[in-house]
Amino acid sequence: MKKFSALSILTEGLSGNKGWKPHWQSVDPKSQYEVVIIGGGGHGLATAYYLAKNHNITNVAVLEKNWIGSGNTGRNTTIVRSNYLLNESSRLYEHSLKLWEGLSKELNYNVMFSQRGVLNLAHSLQEIRDSKRRVFANKLNKIDAEWLDSNSVKKYCKIINTSKDSRYPILGATLQRRAGTARHDAVAWGFARAASNLGVDICENCEVTGLQIEKNKIVSINTTKGNINTKKIGIVVAGHGSVLARMAGIKLPLETHTLQALVSEPIKPILDCVVMSNAVHVYVSQSDKGELVIGAGIDSTNSYQQRGNFSIISGQMGSLLELFPIFSKLKMLRTWGGIVDVSPDASPIIGETPVKGVFFNGGWGTGGFKATPGSGWVFAHTIANNFPHKLADPFSLNRFYKGKLIDEHGAAAVAH
Amino acid sequence: MLFIKCPYCGERDESEFHYGGEADISRPEEPSKLKDIEWGNYLFMKKNTKGIFSEIWSHSSGCRKWFRVDRNTVTNDIIRVYEINK
Ligand SMILES: Cc1cc2nc3c(=O)[nH]c(=O)nc-3n(C[C@H](O)[C@H](O)[C@H](O)COP(=O)(O)OP(=O)(O)OC[C@H]3O[C@@H](n4cnc5c(N)ncnc54)[C@H](O)[C@@H]3O)c2cc1C
Ligand SMILES: [Zn+2]
Repeated sequence: MKKFSALSILTEGLSGNKGWKPHWQSVDPKSQYEVVIIGGGGHGLATAYYLAKNHNITNVAVLEKNWIGSGNTGRNTTIVRSNYLLNESSRLYEHSLKLWEGLSKELNYNVMFSQRGVLNLAHSLQEIRDSKRRVFANKLNKIDAEWLDSNSVKKYCKIINTSKDSRYPILGATLQRRAGTARHDAVAWGFARAASNLGVDICENCEVTGLQIEKNKIVSINTTKGNINTKKIGIVVAGHGSVLARMAGIKLPLETHTLQALVSEPIKPILDCVVMSNAVHVYVSQSDKGELVIGAGIDSTNSYQQRGNFSIISGQMGSLLELFPIFSKLKMLRTWGGIVDVSPDASPIIGETPVKGVFFNGGWGTGGFKATPGSGWVFAHTIANNFPHKLADPFSLNRFYKGKLIDEHGAAAVAH
Repeated sequence: MLFIKCPYCGERDESEFHYGGEADISRPEEPSKLKDIEWGNYLFMKKNTKGIFSEIWSHSSGCRKWFRVDRNTVTNDIIRVYEINK
């Protein structure tokens, strides 16, 4: 693997950029692996990378039915933060945020992690109380968090409309300065390249079509590129979790929904932080290309279509203009959707399943991009040791039978 | 946007309806006698079908009645709309 550095860019630049090699090898699967990861999104690739890096397990394949990053990893609005209310979630997401802070260096790949700050707005007295409570809870968990009153919000984000006359006036906001955004494709590519470099096989256009279970143990998997024998698999397929679990006879509490996003035409830098509002339900940031990146909530129906309802888009445009009247003349360029796996308590499911050798990581719903490195880290640990990593332990599938839900729904503002 | 034919009022825009999710989830007769696993399955576990899925809808801005829809969750085609007990 060629190491990226200022020097390599300079020498390549001077020699016509002819020496660059593909960042990873895309190969056909072998007939046997120690561990097979199903799903080549960020979470699957990160899992494979940490299996190799932290646990020295390199006889690993990642099977992706399309191209890597073609799922939600390449479709999300890239907000990364860790200011969750509950201890279990804030610890998991903070672990991930810490990994983000060193990720470009770790992978020798610029994931363009930008800690530009995330504002979560409060529009009512109840939201002020809930937000302050979250700030206190975050501080107790040693996560940076601040409460800003409406004047300070205006100072931090100059173009926001804090007029008292708007329908849902901005009464304040929480601010996490270490939160921000990253470049989604680069996260998939960076993990793929680093994993491939450690010996992991990245197999694209390879769809898993069946799981062979004998005596409650996984023995092999069927794919569109042949059968593979293995004793351990990790299912990390986001919206397709239920489909894969059914192949192994496992029940899951997940529902698949379309989540949409859109971008505006590119404009000069105008918004240097991320703004999220739960009450009017929209969030926005500006990409490095200059486009506003805008999102909101899921479409209501169960759906495996990567395309959603226009009513969601028109609703979020109304909300956006309420917060930023200055954007009223902007044209929107593209809209798209991803299919997200929503769990009953808006928290992920990570760990063992009732079938031996089958590990599951999903239910990240609308907010798993921020968890990519942390999720891979704890999932790799769980697979390698046949035992949940301590940060993942509370997120077991069992919690739905024990009544120990991690109910982040009301707690965590818009769940992205 | 879906167009849904309410069995009572006829075809309307999706925005008049409220989605109720998976059909045929009936509350166990004697919940206190269930084991944790049975209770968890009833409360939380979902079919989440990729393909033709039976679901319930309510015409919340219309007649307010609940009814059933069979819809393809991949194509969004509505296959059948019918009264709840039929
Ligand atoms: C519009 C939108 C906005 C979002 N915004 C945010 C945000 O701002 N912040 C945030 O933290 N999160 C956000 N999310 C959520 C986030 O994108 C996901 O939680 C996260 O990317 C999930 O990563 P993943 O690797 O598990 O899934 P994916 O990237 O979806 O990867 C799963 C892969 O599995 C593959 N697969 C499926 N079935 C099979 C099979 N049978 N065989 C082989 N491969 C298979 C798929 O092709 C896919 O590539 C957003 C999501 C969407 C859709
Ligand atoms: Zn009606």
